Amino acid sequence: MSIFKPKEQGVSPERALWLKNKKRTDALVLITKIGILAVFLILWEVCANTGIIDSFIMSSPSRIWAVIADLYTSGELFVHIGVTTYEAVMGFLWGTVLGTVIAALLWLSPFLCRVLEPYLVVLGSLPKIALGPIFIVWIGAGTKAIIVITITISLIVTIMEVLNGFMSTDEDKIKLVRTFGGNKYHIFTKVVLPSNFRTIISSLKISVSMSWVGVIVGEFLVSRAGLGYLIVYGSQVFQLDLVMANVFILGLLATFMYLFIVWIESILFKNQNE
Amino acid sequence: MSKDIVVCQNIFMKYQSADGETEAIKDISFTVKPKEFVSIIGPSGCGKSTLLSIIAGLIKPTRGKVFINGADISENKVNIGYMPQKDSLLPFRTIRQNVFLGLEIQGKKTKENMEYGDMLLKTYGLGDFMNKYPSQLSGGMRQRAALIRTLVIRPEILLLDEAFSALDYQTRLAVSNDIHSIIKKEGKTAVMVTHDISEAVSMSERIIVLTNRPAEIKSIHEPQFDEEYDVPLTRRNHEAFREHFNKVWRDIDVHI
Ligand SMILES: Nc1ncnc2c1ncn2[C@@H]1O[C@H](COP(=O)(O)OP(=O)(O)OP(=O)(O)O)[C@@H](O)[C@H]1O
Ligand SMILES: [Mg+2]
Repeated sequence: MSIFKPKEQGVSPERALWLKNKKRTDALVLITKIGILAVFLILWEVCANTGIIDSFIMSSPSRIWAVIADLYTSGELFVHIGVTTYEAVMGFLWGTVLGTVIAALLWLSPFLCRVLEPYLVVLGSLPKIALGPIFIVWIGAGTKAIIVITITISLIVTIMEVLNGFMSTDEDKIKLVRTFGGNKYHIFTKVVLPSNFRTIISSLKISVSMSWVGVIVGEFLVSRAGLGYLIVYGSQVFQLDLVMANVFILGLLATFMYLFIVWIESILFKNQNE
Repeated sequence: MSKDIVVCQNIFMKYQSADGETEAIKDISFTVKPKEFVSIIGPSGCGKSTLLSIIAGLIKPTRGKVFINGADISENKVNIGYMPQKDSLLPFRTIRQNVFLGLEIQGKKTKENMEYGDMLLKTYGLGDFMNKYPSQLSGGMRQRAALIRTLVIRPEILLLDEAFSALDYQTRLAVSNDIHSIIKKEGKTAVMVTHDISEAVSMSERIIVLTNRPAEIKSIHEPQFDEEYDVPLTRRNHEAFREHFNKVWRDIDVHI
């Protein structure tokens, strides 16, 4: 609230009390949130330093911090972050684009949709990670294979979600386009697709977190760079500090990416609440 | 016969589906004269929407023919304006973009037609709301925008399928009055489906009452009112209103 705004006038005593209480609870929630993290970190650090826990296996906040600082000064930090982020972004963007295109084709052809349904169910139920080794043999051990694994993980879910959205488009609106003499192309471009931007964005929200799974598994299997690679490498050489540091960075990255999509969603749909 | 704008000849309709056959319409014939406002009323589920969809050319009747301005609609594309139950405005388009939807689909988004649309929006009180989104408008305004969206393609007839039933009662009275006056001012022919008797009596020159499914024509009423009462809201106050209402009411099969 701006300081130029006159103090809320004519606020009833009940409202004033309610506002005061709300402010207090809000503050309490915030303090507790930060408090939990602080207590956790401090306890961890103290236990590690006093030898209550073995810092070689459990690491400690200061050791994690030191690893991150090291990676930063050697210039490696952003290389690894870059590789992993690139793979994740490519994976979920392609997954979404392909998923939407395939959903569109299935919407256009109810025949195709009925024919492919059992195959989609099988592919949807299959743990896609099992396909990882196959892709690596086919495509080669590298970034490409990791991106393909990532795409496979989110693809079927995206197809299902988006197709569902397409199918449940308001019949009245489709009828309207038909009364103007519109064909399937008009129905799709004028009504079905734009009505489902929200569905597509929300399937993006799901596939963004799944794509991290794909990327990390992919990197576990093949890579020579990336956060997943550092995690595996760290565990092999028994450097738990490195493992924990990368898990921490991964958590931050994935959260940022998710929030970024939430932000895009909020600006795209600012004006249109049905 | 060439004077009639709509001619329905012996329409039959049977729906086919996995669980069987539904006979929706059985031998319906009627005509509509230019600038006439005709209501079709009948018990729910009797086949009213089906009849309207057939006139609109959206579904093919099992038997029978529909002519609009003398042209058989199964062979010719006719320009009709259809108003659905909900306004069906697209939430991601502004009011103005919604109004141009039909023009875009028909490839007629010319400068002239766009100006006509803007003119209609201004004339009917939506000038200041052209660039707003549907969610920012009241129910009545949205209905008006939906009507303008159908008028801008200069349709030969307007078809209204329970166009006001999504509105609450008060708004509904005002909006039906409003829409009726726009239709009259623009000199359009309209066929309206409803199950609200007073709505039909207050708006129409002619009322076609349908039987239970399969729909057949049970009776046709022509409510007459004095000149100065010939607006939906004032018709409702006329002493003859009740009498016309009862005549229609008696012909509708109601079961509780
Ligand atoms: N696509 C369809 N396939 C099969 N049966 C249908 C189909 N559409 C409508 N029907 C059936 O045809 C009959 C008439 O339906 P219609 O929608 O025309 O009735 P209505 O008079 O408009 O009803 P309401 O008052 O509910 O709007 C109903 O029994 C309905 O179940
Ligand atoms: Mg109906």
